[in-house]
Amino acid sequence: MSEAATPVDLHAQQVRKFKLQDMFFHQVTMVFAFIVLAALVGILISLAIEAMPVFREFGPAFLWTNVWNVPEDQYGALSAIYGTVVTSIIALVIAVPVSFGIALFLTETCPAWLRRPLGTAIELLAGVPSIIYGIWGLFIFAPLFAEHVQPYLQELVGDTPIISGWFAGPPIGVGILTAGIVLSLMVIPFVASVMRDVFETVPPQLKESAYGVGCTTWEVVTNIVLPYTRVGVIGGIMLGLGRALGETMAVTFVIGNANRIVGSLFAPGTSIASTLANEFGEADPGLHISSLFALGLVLFVITFIVLAISQWLIKRGIAKQGI
Amino acid sequence: MQLYSRRILTNRIGIALSMVAMAFGLAALMWILWTLFYNGFNALSWDFFTQDTPAPGSEGGGLRNAIVGSLMIIGVTTLVSTPIGILAGIYLAEYGTTSKFAAITRFVTDIMLSAPSIVVGLFVYALMVATLGGFSGWAGSVALSLIAIPVVVRTTENMLLLVPPALREAAFAVGAPRWQVSLKVTLRAVKAGVVTGILLAIARVMGETAPLLFTALNNQFYSTDMTQPMGNLPVVIFQFAMSPYDNWVSLAWGGALLIALIVLAINIIARVMFRNKVSA
Repeated sequence: MSEAATPVDLHAQQVRKFKLQDMFFHQVTMVFAFIVLAALVGILISLAIEAMPVFREFGPAFLWTNVWNVPEDQYGALSAIYGTVVTSIIALVIAVPVSFGIALFLTETCPAWLRRPLGTAIELLAGVPSIIYGIWGLFIFAPLFAEHVQPYLQELVGDTPIISGWFAGPPIGVGILTAGIVLSLMVIPFVASVMRDVFETVPPQLKESAYGVGCTTWEVVTNIVLPYTRVGVIGGIMLGLGRALGETMAVTFVIGNANRIVGSLFAPGTSIASTLANEFGEADPGLHISSLFALGLVLFVITFIVLAISQWLIKRGIAKQGI
Repeated sequence: MQLYSRRILTNRIGIALSMVAMAFGLAALMWILWTLFYNGFNALSWDFFTQDTPAPGSEGGGLRNAIVGSLMIIGVTTLVSTPIGILAGIYLAEYGTTSKFAAITRFVTDIMLSAPSIVVGLFVYALMVATLGGFSGWAGSVALSLIAIPVVVRTTENMLLLVPPALREAAFAVGAPRWQVSLKVTLRAVKAGVVTGILLAIARVMGETAPLLFTALNNQFYSTDMTQPMGNLPVVIFQFAMSPYDNWVSLAWGGALLIALIVLAINIIARVMFRNKVSA
């Protein structure tokens, strides 16, 4: 009798052992997943702690004060926020139509045999490290831009009110506009890849029906594909915005690094990331370093919100597939 | 008829503009790569790999200390981020479909993929440099790991989700516990995909400059001591490109070319590997 029980017991023991191991495995993998979460929370908390002295000193006015005076220990984030936002807007104004064109070409008009190599080329462009865009922007693009494009732009706008103010000042190459253009080149591959991916989720029946009633390619894209993928497309644009806001090296090389706000886009400016890159290494302990942490916190919060919205939209855009 | 020809015209203009956009994207890539080769190729020489970064005003010099430093920092980054990323990816794929915690982690991972890398540098500065007494190669590796881990997590998870359910069920049916199914069956089935993710993570951190500025800092001299500030390619490129010395600028171009070649090579290898695996 007892002999018969032994194999059953052994089996139960084995099952119990497996159960324990599985529980252990579950916990271990969960701990590692937790590390990712902890990193994000840790970033927020540590930046907030380090930024505390600044907000205690200047209050929330730090965010909208236009002063950055290291010798007198007076700090405000406005000029850096202005530069960050303006360069990102310029980048999107250029990158969105170009990315749309690329995505349209890759999904609708490109011959099938070219689709893969061209798509790969665009993805490789996304892999080029930002410092290479920066060094290219500083040595190649900015001088060309100063010599051949900026004077021409000034001539073109002439004395038009408001707009001429955007292009005023000496054409020195580096500045807000140049930074925006270099940023746009960096952002195009990201936005174009997302747009291409969501364009591909459009059910072929929908497009074929439209072609069937005699629509042109352009009409199919604007009346069928775009409305169908609207959510995902906006998500892709937000992803590009998130990238542009936080980009450091491509901007630092070409923005000119001047902590002030000038109406002209030709003028040198600064962004949050480039201020950090330039000043953090030699910052004095105390308010200076603390205000740099505060800038970092502002940047992180803004990009977090933008990226969160973009993820939510992209997921909704892709999830529609199959309806 | 007029309406018809107007529609045709609109279509032609739209298509032409899309081709212009594509050409613009490709031209930008070509232009950047061409200037990189043109300016960087002259700097690549024997000295480039065997001499250390020159002092201000001195002639010649190379990037040996920066190359070695970069390799060490990235080596440690790979060793740290690979196990963490793979295990977290397994969690998301195996247990992640039902748990709220996993959904949040997945969301955060996606955000960390595009989060500004300079902020990661600030975080590691506050965490390690300010508290442990100074810039170090280790701090640089930690900062880069925080950027590499999300890449590995997401590719691992996506690859594991591609495993046919039948494979998993077959393993469960013969009585294998979950951990064995994960490690010995599904993970092994997507080995190539996971390696691709690791390669892409390495390519991603290879050129990251911002997180190293305040963590590994830089070191003008040859050093293999990870507890000290360490020379590394991206920061040297940044400093040298902004400098007034011709030989420094030339070295910066050489370093930029070297990084670009490595990153492009890794990207292409990863693609070829993944494609072979998928078609097989």
